Amino acid sequence: MKKLTNRMEFRPLVSLIIILLVCAVFSGGSFFEISVVEGHLYGRLIDILRNGSRYMILAIGMSMVLATGGTDISVGSVMAISGALACSIVDQRILGGLQGNVFAAIVIALGAGALCGAWNGFLVAKLKVQPIVATMILMTAGRGIAQLIADGKIVTITSDAYYYISGGYILGLPVPLFIAAFMLIFGVLITKKTAFGLAVESIGINADSARLSGIKVERNLWLIYIFCGVCAAIAGMIESAGIKGADCNNCGLMIEMDGILAVAIGGTSLSGGRFSLIASIIGALVVQTITTMILAFGVAPEVIRVFKALIVIVICLAQSPAFVAKVRNIFGKKKVVA
Amino acid sequence: MKKKRLKINNISLLIAVALLVGMYIAGANIYDRFGSVSTILNLFNDNAYLIVVSVGMTFVLLTGGIDISVASTLAFSGVLSAFLLEKGWSAGVVISLVLLIGAFGGYLQGYVIHTFGIAPFLVTLAGQFLMRGMCAVISTVSIPINNEFYKAAALGKISFTLESGSRPKLYYYVFIAVFVVFAAWYVLKYTRFGRAVYAVGSNEQSAQYMGLNVKLVKIGVYAINGFCAALGGVLFSFYTLAGYSLQNMGLELDAISSAVIGGTLLTGGVGTVIGSLVGVLIQGIIQTIVTYQNLNTWWTKVTFAGILCFFILVQRMVAIRAEKQKEA
Repeated sequence: MKKLTNRMEFRPLVSLIIILLVCAVFSGGSFFEISVVEGHLYGRLIDILRNGSRYMILAIGMSMVLATGGTDISVGSVMAISGALACSIVDQRILGGLQGNVFAAIVIALGAGALCGAWNGFLVAKLKVQPIVATMILMTAGRGIAQLIADGKIVTITSDAYYYISGGYILGLPVPLFIAAFMLIFGVLITKKTAFGLAVESIGINADSARLSGIKVERNLWLIYIFCGVCAAIAGMIESAGIKGADCNNCGLMIEMDGILAVAIGGTSLSGGRFSLIASIIGALVVQTITTMILAFGVAPEVIRVFKALIVIVICLAQSPAFVAKVRNIFGKKKVVA
Repeated sequence: MKKKRLKINNISLLIAVALLVGMYIAGANIYDRFGSVSTILNLFNDNAYLIVVSVGMTFVLLTGGIDISVASTLAFSGVLSAFLLEKGWSAGVVISLVLLIGAFGGYLQGYVIHTFGIAPFLVTLAGQFLMRGMCAVISTVSIPINNEFYKAAALGKISFTLESGSRPKLYYYVFIAVFVVFAAWYVLKYTRFGRAVYAVGSNEQSAQYMGLNVKLVKIGVYAINGFCAALGGVLFSFYTLAGYSLQNMGLELDAISSAVIGGTLLTGGVGTVIGSLVGVLIQGIIQTIVTYQNLNTWWTKVTFAGILCFFILVQRMVAIRAEKQKEA
């Protein structure tokens, strides 16, 4: 039992269950109804899994970046770039030679994501610019670049093959869920079955000592930022396939904050070190469940931010040793000097 | 050490000023009517609120912190004042109230950051969500402002006719922004608090050992920043005569990048408010050129990001050289 509660996944899982229970009580059980229509599963829970897959994919990339003690606030812009690129190619606005080939569009968009990540990695790893400043450049420029790719318009597309990325079903479950699962399995394999995961954590704890103990800090940082860029590109394509077009102004707007929030709920410290991809995935589900819950109860979507703020405050305080010590002192259970 | 760091800042600021002047001269040569007094005055007219926000942000950055809640605070003061004015409150009461709320919000964030040792990024992220959410709680649609005082403040201006026949104008609210810049410059340069801000930013531990009141400084800068953000909100509502909950998304990054271009280091301890003012003006002049060139407005962002990138590289290169010299 002790071992179970010590796992990183434990606390976020408990919060997810509590939130789901709250939903169940307030909705009188209708929150959990799942129906089968034409062989596909429908229901709020399925919605959460489908809409939450963007957050999940972002959270996987973001966890690794945060675990190295960095931040990537450019993911929203990278999403806009990949969405604009993929949609423009499918709609034959650019690169007409590909004749709107969906597969080629996806590959090129993924490549663009990797390129964006490599740029961030170059600034952070090679030039040692603070991650938040380094990624701020792409955050500011990225949305502009996406606009230039899309020629300042909202690119709408008609391609069933591209819609499939967001709207398709496999075995009755939405496709984005499988993409997220694939990324999770890939992420867990490279971090748990190779030395890469260890390198990520040791860079986050102390980059200098990691370098002295023979870890190639620069190369690993590059790889991590590239991976995060690719994750963002995938999320961007799911979003653009979902709205059947690329809206560069709004695609992934401020989503970097949600991604960081998901990882923080998962218990990864923002100052680097220990991380768990599965815990971050659960964190992403918590964020999405709250959003779905509030929408289901008919509250204005903008008000969701108030709830998110409260959650961030609670998590921050719970993670702060100084706060925990203060509370303990007040209740007099244990005298701990802060 | 200290001297060398000041040098870094000066080089960066020098390049920024040269760039600003260079862009103005280039613009004046390429476009008709660009090289006029109006262009310069409009830079201030259109960016007064951003100047105020950037000044506040400079205080926080100087201590090595960061505040990403300013845009939300700005929007919240706009929406709240529009809402209260619609209810018939008097302008004086409303303005003092939103300024107080801004300062208090900043104080609370600073308190949590300092007392509980939580990353400023996370705490102000919570602040950002909360303020933006509160805007939506008040109203999700834009509220127009019909108050007489606000209208007077929005339209009151100094206008004069030049020999060439152009009529440049300067709105009165610009003086508030200019006053804020000079007050901040004075505080940072000549007061005990201002010097302590630099000391805490350079090395918090040694500042503590010197007997400086680190707690006061660290909480104080966030309160000042919150106040400036709220004041920026008031100026912005003069500018637009409306309060809208989604106003100025992402403004915090404009403020931060203005400060960086003006030579403020995000690691703390180095920077000036004059630099931040120059940063804002560079942003404004890019906007003007993009408008004159009749380009997609997104070029503004792309160009500005390019300039930001350039300045970060300059700072890094100077810093790397300083490190090498120290080693040698």
